[in-house]
Amino acid sequence: MAHIGSFALLLALGLSSYCFLAGLASFFLRDDLGERIGESSRRAGIAAFFAVTVGALTLVTAAFSNNFAIEYVREHSNIALPLPYKFAVLWSGQEGSLLFWAWILSTYALVLRLRHRTDIRLFAHASVILAAVQTFFFLIVVFAAPPFAVASGPMVADGNGLNPLLQYPEMVAHPPMLYLGYVGFTVPFAFALGALIMRYPGEKWIHITRRWTMVTWCFLSIGVSLGAHWAYNVLGWGGYWGWDPVENASILPWFTGTAFLHSVMMQEKRGMLKIWNVWLIFSTFLLSILGTFLTRSGVVSSVHAFAQSSIGTWFVIFMAVILTVCLFFFVKNRSHLQSEHKLESLVSRESSFLFNNLLFVALCFTVLWGTLFPVLSDWIQGHKVTVGPPFFNKVAVPSTMLLLMLTALGPLLPWRSASLDAVKRNFLWPSVGALLVAVVLVIGGVRPWQDQSYFYALMTWALATLVTLTVAFEFVRGGRVIASKTGQNMLAAMVQLTRRNTRRYGGYIVHFGIALLLIGVAGAAFNQEKEQEMGNGDHMQIGTYDVVCRSYTQDDNPNYASESAILDVYQNGKQIDTLYPARLVFKASNQPNTRPYLHSTLKEDLYSVYEGQNEQTGKPILKIHVNPLVNWIWIGVIIVILGTVLAMIPNALPVRVAVAAAVEAVPVGAGD
Amino acid sequence: MKTTLKRVVQIAVLSLSVALLLGAQGDARFQTLGHRLMCKCGCNQILLECNHVGCTMSDGMRNELSAGIERGDSDSLVMQAFVQKYGPTVEAAPTSEGFGKVAWITPYVVLILGIVMVWALVRAWRNRPEPAFADGVRPIRGADLDHFREQVRSETEL
Repeated sequence: MAHIGSFALLLALGLSSYCFLAGLASFFLRDDLGERIGESSRRAGIAAFFAVTVGALTLVTAAFSNNFAIEYVREHSNIALPLPYKFAVLWSGQEGSLLFWAWILSTYALVLRLRHRTDIRLFAHASVILAAVQTFFFLIVVFAAPPFAVASGPMVADGNGLNPLLQYPEMVAHPPMLYLGYVGFTVPFAFALGALIMRYPGEKWIHITRRWTMVTWCFLSIGVSLGAHWAYNVLGWGGYWGWDPVENASILPWFTGTAFLHSVMMQEKRGMLKIWNVWLIFSTFLLSILGTFLTRSGVVSSVHAFAQSSIGTWFVIFMAVILTVCLFFFVKNRSHLQSEHKLESLVSRESSFLFNNLLFVALCFTVLWGTLFPVLSDWIQGHKVTVGPPFFNKVAVPSTMLLLMLTALGPLLPWRSASLDAVKRNFLWPSVGALLVAVVLVIGGVRPWQDQSYFYALMTWALATLVTLTVAFEFVRGGRVIASKTGQNMLAAMVQLTRRNTRRYGGYIVHFGIALLLIGVAGAAFNQEKEQEMGNGDHMQIGTYDVVCRSYTQDDNPNYASESAILDVYQNGKQIDTLYPARLVFKASNQPNTRPYLHSTLKEDLYSVYEGQNEQTGKPILKIHVNPLVNWIWIGVIIVILGTVLAMIPNALPVRVAVAAAVEAVPVGAGD
Repeated sequence: MKTTLKRVVQIAVLSLSVALLLGAQGDARFQTLGHRLMCKCGCNQILLECNHVGCTMSDGMRNELSAGIERGDSDSLVMQAFVQKYGPTVEAAPTSEGFGKVAWITPYVVLILGIVMVWALVRAWRNRPEPAFADGVRPIRGADLDHFREQVRSETEL
C-alpha cells in the first residue's frame, strides 16, 4: 500500500512539473504548436489531480485498514479509533496534512482547468502559476515529509492513536474548512499574477479574482470560527480565542482578504487602487504560506504546532521565490496598473474604503507584529519574550473600534461625493438609537469608568447597535421604494430588493453578522470564574447560579476511560439543568483530556470543567465560568456566512421603475 | 463599661471589614496577576487558564503567587520573583520598559502614521487637476451634483 501511495505522489509531482514547464513553454512557441503544448499542459494538470487523489485515498485506506506498517498511520491512528476520526488521520499530522493541502490545491486547480474556456489565455497563465505552487507541495510530500514512509522497528499490534484534542466532531470539519480557505487564496493569487504577467487588457480578471476570493474568504471564515468553537467546547479554559501564534496565522490572510473584498470595489467602480489590489492579493497568499511556515517550522511555540522539522527551510525558500517573482513582474509591468486617482470629496465611499483598508492592514500588522515579536526579541536581546492575550487584547482594540465605526458609516456614503445633509439624514436615527442603548446599559449597571474593559464593551455595544440600525434602515429605505412601486408588502419588497443586488445587501448582512459577533466578544469583559473542591452535596455560588455536586460517575469504552461530575444547576431556587463535565483518558496515547459541559443561553453560558482531583485531599476540583453573550458570536458567524453566500448569488433582473420626469428610468436596488 | 464594649465592637467590625477588603483585594490581585503570567509547563496558556490534567507546573506556580500576595509583596515584586525563577517568558506580555516598549508602541505608531498617510493621500487625490474632457463635456460637481442627486432621490426615494 505504501508503494502505491508513494508512486501516486511521484506521478503527481511529474505531471505538475510537466504542466508548469510545458505551460511556460507554450507562451513562447508559435501559435499552433504553442496551443497544442498548452493543451497538453492543462491535461497534465488535470491528471495530477487524479494522481494525488489516489495518494490521499491510499493514506485514508491505510488508516481504515489499520496498516501500522506505515509510520504515519502508526503515529496518528489506532484500532479503536471511531470511524469518522479515521478520516481526520489524513490531516492530523505534518505529512498527512501537507498531502491534504496538495490535494485541495489540486482540486481547486482542476476546477480552474476545467473552466478554461471562460478566458483561455488568462486561465492558461493562472494554470501555470498554480502548477508551480502544486509542484512545490508535491516536492515536499515526496522528499521532505513523505506520508508513506515505512515504519522502522518491529511491527506493532496497535497505533499511538489520534491526538485526543482532535477527537471531537468539529475537528472533522475545522481543518478541511481552514485548508479550503488557506489553499484557496492560491487561485486569486494565480489570476492576479497571471494578469500582471500577460498585461491583461480590461477588468475581467478582477471580477474573476473577486469571486474566487469570496469563496475562499467564506471557507476561511467558517474554518476560523469552527476552530474557535472547538477551542471553546474542547480545550476547557473557558475561552474561544487565545491569540496563539497558529490562531493568529489563520486570521492574517483573513484581514488582507477582507481588505481586498472592499478595495476591489474601488477598482471595479472607479478604476482606482489597481496596484494596491494586486499587492493585497499577493500579500494574502504570502500570509497564508507564512502561516503554514509558522505552524510547521517550530519558529514560534504553539500548542497547535506540528513537530519541529526541517521543512521550514523549504517554505522560506518558496516565499522568497514567490516574492521575487511578484516584485519582478510588478516592476516590469507596473505601467499596466496605472490608474487615475482622483477624488471629488473627502466625504465619499472612496475615502471610507481607503480608511477601511488601512484599518484591516493595521490589524494584520499588529497581529503579525505580536506573533513575530518573540523571534525579533530573541535576535536582538538574545532571549525570547512572550506576547500573549494581554498584549493583543489591548493593541487590537483601537483599530477594531474604528473599523466598527466605519462599518456603520461607510455604506451610507455614496460614491464620488456625499452631501452632508444626506449623511446627517441617514445617520441621525441610528446614532440616536446607539446613544439610547449606551444610556440604557449605563443605567442597567455597566460602569465604563470602573474598568477599561467595561468602557470598551460599552463602546462596542453602542457601535454594534449603530451598524445594526444603519443596515436595517438601508433595507427599510430600499424596501419602501419597491413596495410603493410594486404594491408588495414590506417583507416581500425587502426580499426582492436583496435579490436585485445580492452583493450589496449580502454585504450588509455580513456587516450585521460582524456586529452580532462583536457584541458577543465584548461580553467577555464581564466573565466570571470560580474554582472549588467539591464533594457530594457541596455548593458553589457563581453569578445567579447555585451549582450543587450530586455525585461522580465513571465509564469505560475501547477508546477511552472517563470520569464525570454530575452537577445540578439551580437558579432562583429552581433546578434548570444538570451538567456532566468529564475527564477522559485515551487508552492508545494514555493522554488525559478534559471535556467541558455547558448550560448555554442567549444571555450567558454556564461553563463547567472537571479539572481532576486534588492530590493531597483526594477531592475533585471543579471550575465554573459564567461567560456572557457567547452564543451571539456563533449566531453572528452563521449570519456572516449566510450573507457571504447571498453575495455570491447572481443578481435577479432589476425592477424598471417608470418616472414621469426627464430623468431616465432608474433600476431599483442596483449599484453599490 | 458600655463605652469600652462599644469600642471593642467597633474595632471588631473595622478589623473584619479590613480583613474582608484585603481578602477581596487579594483575590482580585490573584486574578489580575495570574492573568499576567504564563504557565511554564509548555502549554503556552495563561497561568490561571492552564487546565492540563496533571500539569506539573501550574499548581506550584499558583501557590507561589498566593504566597507572594499573602506576604504583602507589591505587584512588581511578585512579577520580578517569577521572572527571576522562570525567566522573562513567564510574563504574558512584554514589559513596558526597554525593548519591550517597542512591542507596545509600534502598532499604535503604525496606525497613526497610516491614518496620516491615508488622510494626506485623500487630500492629494482630491486636489488633483480635473482631467481634460473632449467635446466640451463638463463633469457635474458641487451644487449641480447635489441637485441631481436630490432629484433622483425624490423621484425614486432611494
